[in-house]
Amino acid sequence: MTAIGRDTALALYHTMCLIRRFETVASQRYRDGELPGFIHLSIGQEACAAGACLALEPRDFIASTHRGHGHCLAKGADPARMMAELFGRASGYAKARGGSMHIADVGAGVLGANGIVGMSMPLAVGAALTAQVTGSGAVAVAFFGEGASGAGAAHEAMNIAAIWKLPVIFFCEVNRYAELSPYSVHCSVDRISVRAASYGFPGVTVDGEDAVAVYEAVAAAAARARAGEGPSLIEAKAYRWHGHYEGDPQVYKTAEERDNPGAFDPLVRFQAGAERLGLGAQDLDAARADAERRIADAVAFAEADQGPAPHTMLEDVYTA
Amino acid sequence: MKKIKYYQALTRALGEEMERDPSVILIGEDVGASGGIFAQTRGLHAAFGPLRVRDTPIAENGFVGAAVGAAMTGLRPVVEIGFEDFLTCCMDPLVNQAAKLRYMLGGQVSVPLTLYTFGGGGVNAGPQHSQSLAAWFAHVPGLKVVMPATPADVLGLTKAAIRDDNPVLVLLGKKLIGTSGEAPDDGEDHVVPIGKAAVLGEGSDVTLVAFSQMVPVAVKAAGALAERGVSADLIDPRTASPLDLDTILASVRKTGRLAVVHEAQGPCGLGSEVVAQVTEAAFSALKCPPIRITPPFAPSPFAPSLEKAYLPSVERVAEEVSTLAAA
Repeated sequence: MTAIGRDTALALYHTMCLIRRFETVASQRYRDGELPGFIHLSIGQEACAAGACLALEPRDFIASTHRGHGHCLAKGADPARMMAELFGRASGYAKARGGSMHIADVGAGVLGANGIVGMSMPLAVGAALTAQVTGSGAVAVAFFGEGASGAGAAHEAMNIAAIWKLPVIFFCEVNRYAELSPYSVHCSVDRISVRAASYGFPGVTVDGEDAVAVYEAVAAAAARARAGEGPSLIEAKAYRWHGHYEGDPQVYKTAEERDNPGAFDPLVRFQAGAERLGLGAQDLDAARADAERRIADAVAFAEADQGPAPHTMLEDVYTA
Repeated sequence: MKKIKYYQALTRALGEEMERDPSVILIGEDVGASGGIFAQTRGLHAAFGPLRVRDTPIAENGFVGAAVGAAMTGLRPVVEIGFEDFLTCCMDPLVNQAAKLRYMLGGQVSVPLTLYTFGGGGVNAGPQHSQSLAAWFAHVPGLKVVMPATPADVLGLTKAAIRDDNPVLVLLGKKLIGTSGEAPDDGEDHVVPIGKAAVLGEGSDVTLVAFSQMVPVAVKAAGALAERGVSADLIDPRTASPLDLDTILASVRKTGRLAVVHEAQGPCGLGSEVVAQVTEAAFSALKCPPIRITPPFAPSPFAPSLEKAYLPSVERVAEEVSTLAAA
């Protein structure tokens, strides 16, 4: 049995629907040649983003990854300005200077997706340092994957955070693949959470397809961080439905995974347990319909906007 | 005015800015209770406490990355990297994060990060503890790079760096640490603007531009040149990025001859940049080809005899500039 309320449960589902729809539409538009550059989608990992971010407060910070759309949406970024960024429009969050890998909404606590694997962790440690020095009470979450878990930045960030007892949560989304290689290429242990012991803070593994389990784990870690007890490591095991990037032929996946992604569906999982959370079919339908409407509006917003004016290429290189 | 040492100017700048602004913090290896490897942070831990002055593990990538995250969220972190050579261990947070975050997040953040470090040779520290890497960072849009050569400029440029809303690298000269110079009295708020060169001597025959630890070498060389009847305009750019081209150009338009001296190797260096910009902007003012006076294209050697031959000396600078003046 879970202690989460009906409103939280509904928000979890709505957020997951929003992410699923955003990513699905982005995939279609990318395939149609409408989105320039590279995009990395998080379909199958919606429960991680929704569960983690909904357990936070507006004042809290997240630092995300190259696969960051879901985290940004879940922390409260506007899907219209996100979609505008993907389309390369002037009204995008990064004014079309960053693209998919650099969406941020600092006012909402989103310090940005990031194109360098592993660097979400030191950046989140820095946000937690600010919280500690100023006594703001904020918590920071670093999203990363099993690929980043082997980067030097990961170890350095966790070690520093542990020594300084910073209010930070290291949230490892294990999605079975890092770029084009399976988990076993990147990690020598079955559970990344065991590494927390070497820093002297708690590490847990949760089902990353179970939004409620993720929510509860992050809520507990955030409470611990706010109480001044320091960092936590949460490992959430999920599955990346799509390739590393859109267009990736995914020849490295097993047939079971490739042909049957619905077997790893956090939305279906949530629907199956919705009644116990006090949600009926009409609640779920309404949430899904709202998410679809918001993403349709986001696409319309992006399509109606223009690309950036040439002179903006030289803006914001420095703070004046 | 009173005389203070180069490293004391740094301590004073840090202390004054931490006193002035509670968002300024200091992190780095051994910056805390130990007072630093050159005594450069002595007293700060006691004055400002462990929350704002903290030792780090030996993990430059991690703690510079954390400083960037702190700078994005409201602090003004000052980071010490003991030796400039170790900047290679934190290239990502400097080049991919600090330099680009404002631009690539659509102007949503500033990164008011100051990083100071000790570089340059002359103390027989060998290939991994003697480098001068200013050109690497001057190449990156979004970063500012200052290279103070005197105690007064250490004081003024470090304070300017801390107050700047952009990431600023303060590249100090380790052979200059114990040198003395006049500095404004305690209590005087001495801030040197970033991007302004200092003209250290007026002359009419040649423009001599010297960076960092080559400034005192160039001052002595200018003295030797004067004895030979060659008068040099001596310019210390003080900032590598943004470069004060106007001051250099005004001098070259007067002298028609340009020599640049620095401790880093020549290819793709600051001297190349100065020569290129002057040539593009004032080709017709040049009476002869400009020259760069640098070490050879090799790492900095350990043996005192080799390092002495490696680094530009007063005699070599005087000789090459004298030849230039006669060209």
